[in-house]
Amino acid sequence: MSEEVLKIADLQVSYGGIEAVRGISFDVKAGEIVTLIGANGAGKSSTLRTISGLVKPASGKVIFDGEDITGKDPTAIVSKGLMMVPEGRRIFPNLTVLENLKIGAYLRKDDLESDIERVYGYFPRLRERSWQEGGTLSGGEQQMLAVGRALMGRPKLLMMDEPSLGLAPIVVQDIFEIIRQIHAAGTTVLLIEQNANMALHVADRAYVIENGKIAMEGTGSELLSDEKVRAAYLGTTAN
Amino acid sequence: MEYVISVLLSGVSVGGQYALIAIGYTLVYGILRLINFAHGDVFMVAGLMGIYFTATLPVSESLPLVVILTVVLGFTIERAAYKPLRNAPRMSVMISAIGVSYLLQNTATYVTGGQPMTYPSIPFLSNTIGVAGTQTKWVVIITPFLVLALVFALSLLINRTKVGMAMRAVSKDFETSRLMGIRINSVISITFIIGSALAAVGSVLFFTNYPAITPTAGAMPGLKAFVAAVFGGIGSIPGAVIGAFLIGICETIIKGLPSSWDVSVFSDAFTFALLIVILIFKPQGLFGEAATDKV
Repeated sequence: MSEEVLKIADLQVSYGGIEAVRGISFDVKAGEIVTLIGANGAGKSSTLRTISGLVKPASGKVIFDGEDITGKDPTAIVSKGLMMVPEGRRIFPNLTVLENLKIGAYLRKDDLESDIERVYGYFPRLRERSWQEGGTLSGGEQQMLAVGRALMGRPKLLMMDEPSLGLAPIVVQDIFEIIRQIHAAGTTVLLIEQNANMALHVADRAYVIENGKIAMEGTGSELLSDEKVRAAYLGTTAN
Repeated sequence: MEYVISVLLSGVSVGGQYALIAIGYTLVYGILRLINFAHGDVFMVAGLMGIYFTATLPVSESLPLVVILTVVLGFTIERAAYKPLRNAPRMSVMISAIGVSYLLQNTATYVTGGQPMTYPSIPFLSNTIGVAGTQTKWVVIITPFLVLALVFALSLLINRTKVGMAMRAVSKDFETSRLMGIRINSVISITFIIGSALAAVGSVLFFTNYPAITPTAGAMPGLKAFVAAVFGGIGSIPGAVIGAFLIGICETIIKGLPSSWDVSVFSDAFTFALLIVILIFKPQGLFGEAATDKV
C-alpha cells in the first residue's frame, strides 16, 4: 500500500469565463508514473499549471504530500518539493547550462555538487556544454536541460508538460528512456502527453481527459488495449 | 591644450553622472520592460534631501541617509504605483510612472516653494585641484573612477551571485522563474533598490557641480540618461554606461566650442539628434538585444 503524493479533488479552472477544467479528480501514489493524455485544449496543461500554483483554481482541492496547497503561490509549492518541466522547455537562454541547473535548486541552501553530478550522469551532453548559454542548445538538449533543472530541486513529484513536443522521434525515445531511469531512481512522475503511445507505455496508470473532465482511467496497458483509446489517441485499430 | 583637457575632464565627469542614472533606467527596463519616467525625479528628490539633511546633519551622516531614503522612495514607488499594475498592459504602467513623476515634482514645489535651492558644498568633493594646468573640482576627477567601481560591483552582483542569476532569469521569463521558486516581486524590488541607490550617489556628484536644484531639475539629466540607455541598447548595463559617457563628452565638447560659433545653446538638441540618428541606423542601440527573440 503506497501513500498518495498528490491528490486532486474536483478541480475546476476557468480563464475569463471559459471553463478549461470542469471537475477533475485523480491521484498519484509514491513511486508511480501517472500520465494524463488527451487532445489539444482538453485541459491537461491547465490542470498542471493549477497544481504548480501559476493559476488559481475556481474550486476544488490540490493535496500534495498530505498538505492542502490549493491556491498557494509557486514559491511555497516548489519549496515543498514539487517541480515542473514546463511545456516548450522554457530554459533560460541567457543563462549558462550550469546556471540553468543551479536555478532549479534556487530555494535550496545545501550543497548542489552531487545533484549536478547526478544530472550530468543522466545527460553527459550537458556536461560538455556546461559553459554554453542555454539558448545555443538544440531542442533535444534544451529538453534535457529542462528535465535536469527540475531534478535539481530534488522533487518528491516531477511534473512534465509535453516533454516530447516538437522533438525528433529519436530524441523522444531518449527523453522517455530518461523518464524511466529517473523513475527507477525513485522519483514520482506526473506526465502530460499528446504522444499517447509513448506515455502509456511508460506509465503505471493513466487518465484520459476530454473537455475538461476525466473520460477514462486505468493502467497504462489497459488503456493501450482499449478500443476507444486506440481509435482516438493512438490512431490504430488493429494490433 | 589646457582648455581641451578641462573640457574632456568635465565631459567624462558629466557622462559618469548620467551613467549612474542611466543604469536605473536600463535595469528596470530589462526586467519590467518599463520606462520608469519617475526615475529622473527620484534623482531630483535625492538632491533635495541632500540639501535639507546637510543643513542639520554632518555630511558623514547626511549622505548615507540620502542614499537610504532614496532607496526607500524607489522601493515604495514600485510597490504603490507599479506592482498593482503587474498584469495590466504596459502602457498603463507607463502612465502610472508619468503620474509619479508629476507627483514628485509637485511635492518638491510644495516643499521648496518652487525656489531654486542651493546645493551645499560637500567638503573634499567641492575642493579644487589643479590637473595639467587647469583648475577643477575634485568631484570631476573622482566621478569616473567611482562610476567604474560601482559598475564593476554591479556586474559582479549580476553575474556572480544567486540574486543576480535570479535577476537575469526574471528578465527573460517571469513564469518559468516562478516555477523555480523565485519570488518575482522581490527581484523587482531589488532592481528598484539598486537603481535608486545609484541615482542617489549620482545626485551628490551631479548637483555638487551645479548651482541650484529646482523641482524640475531631474527632468533634463533624467531624459539624457534615458537617451544614454537607449543609445547603448536599453536593457544592457555596459551599453548604458558607454552611452552615458559618450553623451556627456559630446555635450561638453559642444558647450565648449568657441563662443563665436554660437552653437553651445544647441548642446541639448544635439543629444537628441544623436539619439535619432543612432535609432535610424541601429534600432536596438549599441548593445541592445535583437527585437525578435528566438523561440
